[in-house]
Amino acid sequence: MTDNRFFNRSEFIGILVLAVFLVVVLPLTLDVFRLNLVAKYLTYAFVALGLVICWGYGGILSLGQGVFFGLGGYCMAMFLKLEASSVENTKIQSTPGIPDFMDWNQITALPFFWKPFNSLTFTVAAIVLVPGIFAWIIGTAMFKRRVGGTYFAIITQAVAAILTILIVGQQGYTGGINGMTDLRTLKGWDIRPDHAKVVLYFFEVGCLFVCIMIAQFVRHAKLGRILVAMREKEDRVRFSGYSVANFKIFAFCIAAVFAAIGGAMFALNVGFMSPSFVGIVPSIEMVIYTAVGGRLSILGAIYGTLLVNFAKTSLSETFPELWLFGLGGLFIAVVLAFPNGLAGIWGDYVQPRIDRLVSSRKSQPAGWTDSSVADGAPAE
Amino acid sequence: MSSNKSGVLMSDEASKGLISPLRRKLLMGMAALPAITMLPRPSLADVPATSVVNTTGLAVTDTGVTVGILHSATGTMAISETGSIEAEKLAIEQINAAGGVLGRKIKFIQEDGASDWPTFAEKAKKLLVNDKVAAIMGCWTSASRKAVLPVVEQYNGMLYYPTFYEGLEQSKNVIYTGQEATQQILAGLNWIAKEKGAKTFFFIGSDYIWPRTSNKIGRKHVENVLKGKVVGEEYYALGSTQFNSVINKIKLTKPDVIFTDVVGGSNVAFYKQLKAAGIDLAKQPLLTISVTEDEIDGIGGENIAGAYACMKYFQSLDNPNNKAFVPAFKKMWGEKTVIGDVTQAAYLGPWLWKLTVEKAGSFDVDKIAAASPGVEFKGAPEGYVRIHENHHLWSKTRVGRAKLDGQFELIYETADLVEPDPFPKGYQ
Repeated sequence: MTDNRFFNRSEFIGILVLAVFLVVVLPLTLDVFRLNLVAKYLTYAFVALGLVICWGYGGILSLGQGVFFGLGGYCMAMFLKLEASSVENTKIQSTPGIPDFMDWNQITALPFFWKPFNSLTFTVAAIVLVPGIFAWIIGTAMFKRRVGGTYFAIITQAVAAILTILIVGQQGYTGGINGMTDLRTLKGWDIRPDHAKVVLYFFEVGCLFVCIMIAQFVRHAKLGRILVAMREKEDRVRFSGYSVANFKIFAFCIAAVFAAIGGAMFALNVGFMSPSFVGIVPSIEMVIYTAVGGRLSILGAIYGTLLVNFAKTSLSETFPELWLFGLGGLFIAVVLAFPNGLAGIWGDYVQPRIDRLVSSRKSQPAGWTDSSVADGAPAE
Repeated sequence: MSSNKSGVLMSDEASKGLISPLRRKLLMGMAALPAITMLPRPSLADVPATSVVNTTGLAVTDTGVTVGILHSATGTMAISETGSIEAEKLAIEQINAAGGVLGRKIKFIQEDGASDWPTFAEKAKKLLVNDKVAAIMGCWTSASRKAVLPVVEQYNGMLYYPTFYEGLEQSKNVIYTGQEATQQILAGLNWIAKEKGAKTFFFIGSDYIWPRTSNKIGRKHVENVLKGKVVGEEYYALGSTQFNSVINKIKLTKPDVIFTDVVGGSNVAFYKQLKAAGIDLAKQPLLTISVTEDEIDGIGGENIAGAYACMKYFQSLDNPNNKAFVPAFKKMWGEKTVIGDVTQAAYLGPWLWKLTVEKAGSFDVDKIAAASPGVEFKGAPEGYVRIHENHHLWSKTRVGRAKLDGQFELIYETADLVEPDPFPKGYQ
């Protein structure tokens, strides 16, 4: 069971703990409303997971993950919206059978690029391929020209801004600033009632663990070591004969696809998609989740996402007018005091004590943040 | 010595703390008097049992009932929505001072939509599922309403929505206390066509659903009813601040009327640039459906004086209800606050809900939805209003002219209440 291609022993325990927490503890202790909120938080965990690979290991800071979250979400939302816009449901419109926002914008026929989204198979493929290909294009254009670091971050921000403007401006085709609301059924199965929310939650957790496994695999493969090497000393890797650009493109694409899966889950769980997840602010928020959790730790990013979002909800419920200040203070405190986030706290203070307890019985050291691969100290 | 001094100070503060809420409550109650005297007052003896008035498990006890307030207290929309929050809190306080609803005091839970539409949906769900609120007073932008609508329909809540909006919507679970597009636009266009002999119109709006729909209705009315001509129709992204090109087009086409529905911060840039370009609003008629007293606060009276606005309420309205409402509002929220059209519409929400609950004799949402048509509120600051079958309000359309001090001078009002028509035939 230990030290295979996916995880070592302590990582296995960490994943098991997370699984018990998400699959057993939360569903048993929370009511459906809160569980649905956790499902919403977890959609961002996909993004954070991608950022751990792309930013934590690869050293590529993307401030535009909202773009991919949005692309995935919009693909899913388009399918759901078409299903909700049957002729029967939309008979009060001037043109029944098309989404309501098209009707408001005097569009009288379904645009060509909407038509394939009648098929669920196409939609699922599009959720992975559209953001993947888009990330590949951006990555190729940037990394092949050796654009990196701050410049790359700025360009991803620009992409996020452009996509928001595009979605808001083309409201007849995208729903504009309102987004796509009132998503109802998936292949005739109503996604709104409580029991559906529970099913969707478990489905999402399942997908999350598949993504965690992929991330673990990348990390333990030679690929992961090259990414870390690249982050630490890019030129050395290049002189050793590796194509640095290709590895960067790969890391960026995988982060994009994870984000897109998160976006699709969001549309399913929340029944809603809007440009407010695509822009610069949500993209930076997603980086903050990763930073709070610890950008070098796969599991830390997930806990970080849950913690920040939970704080957001509870602070805003308790102090509707002041909560943003509290949240801002929390971020500053975490970044100042614990640059490696929650995982850093765990690795520095908790894990050594557990290790001491264990090694007093057995002499086998192990670490959750596994310093052999991803050393805690960032390069910069 | 010093301890003695601080003791005096403390007692002074404590006594202030004791008196002022009481005095405020009394004043609130007095302010609400004109409204109350017109209502059938339930006698204290017949407070109906909770099991009778609440059969669906809402947050109703023998002494209290909980409603939700859901607006943006933070983010870009906070500046607009704060007025609505204040108006709703004032109405709730006045209703409580007057005895509450079916003998129960209203408590409210405030949630922050944070100018973010999905957050609105999440908070609406929280209010309905977790807190079991009997009604929600909330939303402002169309986008937030569209996000909340499926939630209130699914969980069978009751939403009182205050903003004038584009229409094309009607729900059992929503009471629209603002005007839909035809109520706001048509009478104003008729008036300006007659008064100014206007034949040519230039439409300028922010680029989202409300201005686009409003302008579509406006264009059809100009072309088909007024037999005039629309010489230009331009849209600008939300938050845009560059209006020079459209101002040049206005100078070239010389329209009889500029018709605008530019929203938010863009207004400040638009009116300043109009003025800088030498367009004098005293000579060039401009009709806006998006500038209330709240916006003028930011634009500056000197930049917009002379423009006409088409609304249903102005702070300067001269009627007994408004004369009680404005001082009560300022008493609670400060002398400097201004009251715009939407703020007044938000004030109607809790009152209409209270009247409907009393008419239905129940807090059950289904009964309230069914009892709503025909409910009339004679204490409305805008004057008399009544709920239509389609859950919108019958209300008057008014035209005001902006003055230097940021207030509007009432120029024209329709003789009768205008019927709400969210799905206007011939305008789609």
